[in-house]
Amino acid sequence: MSAVVKLHDIHKSFGTVEVLKGVSFEIDRGEVVAIIGRSGSGKSTALRCINRLETIQSGTLEVCGHRLDQPTLDLRALRQDVGMVFQSYNLFPHLTVEQNITLAPRRVKRLPNSQARALAQASLERVGLAEKIDCYPEQLSGGQQQRVAIARSLAMQPKVMLFDEVTSALDPQLTGEVLRVMETLAQGGMTMAVVTHEMTFARRVADRVIFMHQGRVWETGPGEMLENPQTPELQAFLSNGL
Amino acid sequence: MGGSFTINHFLYLLQGVGWTIVLSALAFALGGVAGFGVMLLRTARSALLRRISFLYVQLIQGTPLLILLFVVYFGLGVVGIELPPLLAAGVSLMVYCSAFLGEIWRGCVESVPRTQWEASEGLALTRWQTLVDVILPQAARIATPPTVGFLVQVLKSTSLASVVGFVELTRAAQVVNNSLFTPFLVFGIAGVLYFALCYPLSRWSRSLERKLNVGRRQAA
Repeated sequence: MSAVVKLHDIHKSFGTVEVLKGVSFEIDRGEVVAIIGRSGSGKSTALRCINRLETIQSGTLEVCGHRLDQPTLDLRALRQDVGMVFQSYNLFPHLTVEQNITLAPRRVKRLPNSQARALAQASLERVGLAEKIDCYPEQLSGGQQQRVAIARSLAMQPKVMLFDEVTSALDPQLTGEVLRVMETLAQGGMTMAVVTHEMTFARRVADRVIFMHQGRVWETGPGEMLENPQTPELQAFLSNGL
Repeated sequence: MGGSFTINHFLYLLQGVGWTIVLSALAFALGGVAGFGVMLLRTARSALLRRISFLYVQLIQGTPLLILLFVVYFGLGVVGIELPPLLAAGVSLMVYCSAFLGEIWRGCVESVPRTQWEASEGLALTRWQTLVDVILPQAARIATPPTVGFLVQVLKSTSLASVVGFVELTRAAQVVNNSLFTPFLVFGIAGVLYFALCYPLSRWSRSLERKLNVGRRQAA
């Protein structure tokens, strides 16, 4: 097993507030890692560091062979290897579903326009929304929008996918349809880092769970660790029903 | 002196309308291009560029257009650069428009949620690609009403070009009035002609707004 994401002793501050206080973990190829923790524990920040939406102050960070702590980093090459899905979907409201999906492949990978529709179709089929190809985002439900966002990310053929609380804005039923798509991706061998409040998903789908607390990796282990927490902090976190 | 308002006077005023349109078009086109540049500088990543363009905008917005006209026409004349009135007025209006349009457009670009930039960055789009394909189409919808509103103002401000001897509608009306001395009639007609120019612009703004609303017809 080779690690495709390696964080070692990452420190990150916003102004005077240190949100990551020496975070280290690795993600192997094909592994699904769920990152859990309270709001403000640094889990989303850690995820955003992985595709350089946040810059780190110190530590070493390597993703798909790109050294994020080096000035020689090729940012666009990194981002072609790492896909990201956000809590608020962030679809482009002025573009159709097809255009949302094919914009980056056409601009970044020079995909010919003649092949764009087929790519959109194929990506949408993976999230079960092929019939929505000509809709605008506002015509879709939240769950559908999030699945389109996943398809948009998939169309760039990333090696790693980051999910930042992607179901937090959805009701339970819509959450289910998004989680099922993610589960299919996981079974297909995608390397995934998933920041989530869905404990059932973490237990069932994740190969490993990372519990973050106060800017540190507090406890880590397989999904079963959620049945048998070792630290009082994880115990407290789980018993709060989150 | 004396005489009555004839069709020839009216044709003369219409000629003035023609020059008002030419001058406005010049101001819109040059000012729009320069304003786009100002907007880019105001939203640049370099703090120095943002600072310099901020000072430029403050300087121009704090100066009356009339003073700009005097500086360009008479000021440059003194140092040996003699511009014809049309060009002097065009350059002054370009500078004036660039500061206001640049600032209006900066606000519109910044009102597009940051998360749209993040999503684009995450998809490996460059800053320029993000701006052109993602941000500007959304900003344009927001920008249309204030932009056209400003252009209506500029069209009326072209009347100031009469002070450097450029015969647009206002100057033409003055000339006609000087020979007829019927100010109420002559300037009244000029006013109606200005309105006839501005009103379609406002209407156009509204139809444009509707057209750009594609994809988000039911807001919120």
